[in-house]
Amino acid sequence: MLGFITTFIDGLSLGGVYALIALGYTMVYGIAKMLNFAHGDIIMVGCYTIAVFFASIGLPLVTILIAIIVCVIFGICVERLAYRPLRGASPLAVLITAIGVSYLLQSLAQIIFGVTPRNVVLFKLGTVNVLGLKLKVDTLITLFVAAAIMIGLTLFVNKTKTGRAMLAVSEDRGAAQLMGISVNAIIAITFAIGSALAAVAGSFTIMTTFEVKNTMGALPGIKAFTAAVIGGIGSIPGAMLGGLLLGVIEMFCNSSDLASYTIAIEFSLLILILLVKPTGLLGKKRREKV
Amino acid sequence: MAYLKDYFKSVKNGYKVKNHIVYYVLGSVFAILLVLVMTDSLDRITSSLLGRIGYTMIAAISLSLVVGFLGELSLGHAAFMALGAFIGGYMQQYTFASLTSASPLLSIIIAMLIGGTVAAIFGFIVGLPALRLKGDYLAIVTLAFCEIVKVIFQNSKKFGNGNVLETYKYDRGHLLLICLIVLFIALAVIMNLIKSKHGRAIMAIRDNEIAARAMGVNVTYYKLMVFVLSSFFAGIAGVLFANASGGVKCDNFSYDYSIDILVMVVLGGMGSIKGSMIAAALITYLDTKLPIWLNLEGNWVALPQMLYALILILIVIYTNAPKLKGIREKYNIHNGMVKVKGWIFRLFARGKYQHKPDAEHDYRADWSKVPTKIEMDAILSTDFTPDNTYVPDKPDKPKGGKN
Repeated sequence: MLGFITTFIDGLSLGGVYALIALGYTMVYGIAKMLNFAHGDIIMVGCYTIAVFFASIGLPLVTILIAIIVCVIFGICVERLAYRPLRGASPLAVLITAIGVSYLLQSLAQIIFGVTPRNVVLFKLGTVNVLGLKLKVDTLITLFVAAAIMIGLTLFVNKTKTGRAMLAVSEDRGAAQLMGISVNAIIAITFAIGSALAAVAGSFTIMTTFEVKNTMGALPGIKAFTAAVIGGIGSIPGAMLGGLLLGVIEMFCNSSDLASYTIAIEFSLLILILLVKPTGLLGKKRREKV
Repeated sequence: MAYLKDYFKSVKNGYKVKNHIVYYVLGSVFAILLVLVMTDSLDRITSSLLGRIGYTMIAAISLSLVVGFLGELSLGHAAFMALGAFIGGYMQQYTFASLTSASPLLSIIIAMLIGGTVAAIFGFIVGLPALRLKGDYLAIVTLAFCEIVKVIFQNSKKFGNGNVLETYKYDRGHLLLICLIVLFIALAVIMNLIKSKHGRAIMAIRDNEIAARAMGVNVTYYKLMVFVLSSFFAGIAGVLFANASGGVKCDNFSYDYSIDILVMVVLGGMGSIKGSMIAAALITYLDTKLPIWLNLEGNWVALPQMLYALILILIVIYTNAPKLKGIREKYNIHNGMVKVKGWIFRLFARGKYQHKPDAEHDYRADWSKVPTKIEMDAILSTDFTPDNTYVPDKPDKPKGGKN
């Protein structure tokens, strides 16, 4: 029973990381109507920034802050240079460009940093005993920070003027434009928020895996996308739910005999959900009109 | 008999060399290579490179059918190749090992048929979601399928358990000729499909699915057909891969490989079979030669990948950005060719030459014309985006200006 609860909490923590990445996907999808394939690689950019600055500065929190800033700038640049020229073009063209950006970032990272993983130990954290449960500190930190960020983001989107503008753009871009909302600015802000969340997720990833390599963003990126789709893409609570669900499933798979089939199980779940309920658990149904 | 005579006459009259130029080129390449292989004058590296180009071309044209003509993005093409490579390769090496040693040619043909069929069955299964899902979602499903196939092969003891599965290594020169023949067959099937009624139906689905459905096109049938056909040839390409390399590994068929093939299709021009073939040959060639030419070492081996990605982004932006439409029309390669052709004709046939516009070839995907789901919503709801709406040609301005 104790093992079960520990695995569950580990799963929630991993799910928190997935949820943070999935939020970036889902917000961009909801507002810019595009699948940002390069989102996972923004995590990688954040992690390399942490690796480089941690080696020179040595202050973990400052390093993470720098990584967030770098990722935000990076995300806005990618949006400005690669995606904005294609605003209004076919979704397929945008998707291929996003794949191209992802590929570009990975190979660029390989040229600059090489293929051998870098070891980065940000914090040395042990375990704590909570009511007889042995929990890792970084798991708890991840869980709480992710929860705080999600609550903050929900408040931001629903209460502030910018957040409501984002909702308006995702609802109906043309009408939002007529209401005086600058769509380009809102999309840039969305990319900035998504990239900042990716940087945070990247720092959590480093805290658990202690290594940085050029393809590290690809798989978490795809899994987070899976989470976003499970929850219903375009829906912010959906991304959180999907992320947590996926994290818990992954942890339970990993702790059972099926460990080597984890990825297959997750992706089968994705295909199943897309076939049965293509809008995801919390997604809104959009009718295709002629 | 008279009917047949008329038929052949009409074929003869309608025959144009330029419509079949690919077959002529391939045929002459085949003849040259046949001589070279028979006289044993190809060295090891060149023949293996040519073989690789051969099966990559098959993979590229089969993906081109899905991406360029059906207009759906498949990121799981490597999975179909993996199915062909693992199952075909395994059968050749273990199931009918005695046949392989007695007659490799028969063995590879059977392996190609089996590998292709297995891949086609899975293509049918992957095609089923394609009936409900579109665009980004379908891309993700195919990507997920690719990962699932990889994980399953990785964990099965029969197929090497994540390590290299030894497969039969075919004689390089002969494999090269087989690759060319298969390419020829694949090309004939795909080109004829596209030019037929079925091909027009497929392109109608790409351009506007709802309109195609309204016109009576059986969307379910055609989507599944394209997926099955495309995965069949991908499976065959996989068997050839296994025979060329002598051993297959799950990592050979990762998501990156799917992207590599996709890059070829996009760079060659969506909806252009010839373009995909040229791009496949060029990229495979450069992949082997660039590191040697540029003396790439260590981390710099990723440079070609980076360049492809950059070129991919630039080409997609150039061909699709709404703001570059003016530039695109001004510097259109196709129009330029027509102009040059006109000059040349005029040089030789002064006075006699009349400009005859070519028959309309709308094989190339013109995404700017395709109303997507979001745009359809936009057109018919309150959403009004001026840059996407149809603007009729402006009436000619009155000339002269005397009045």
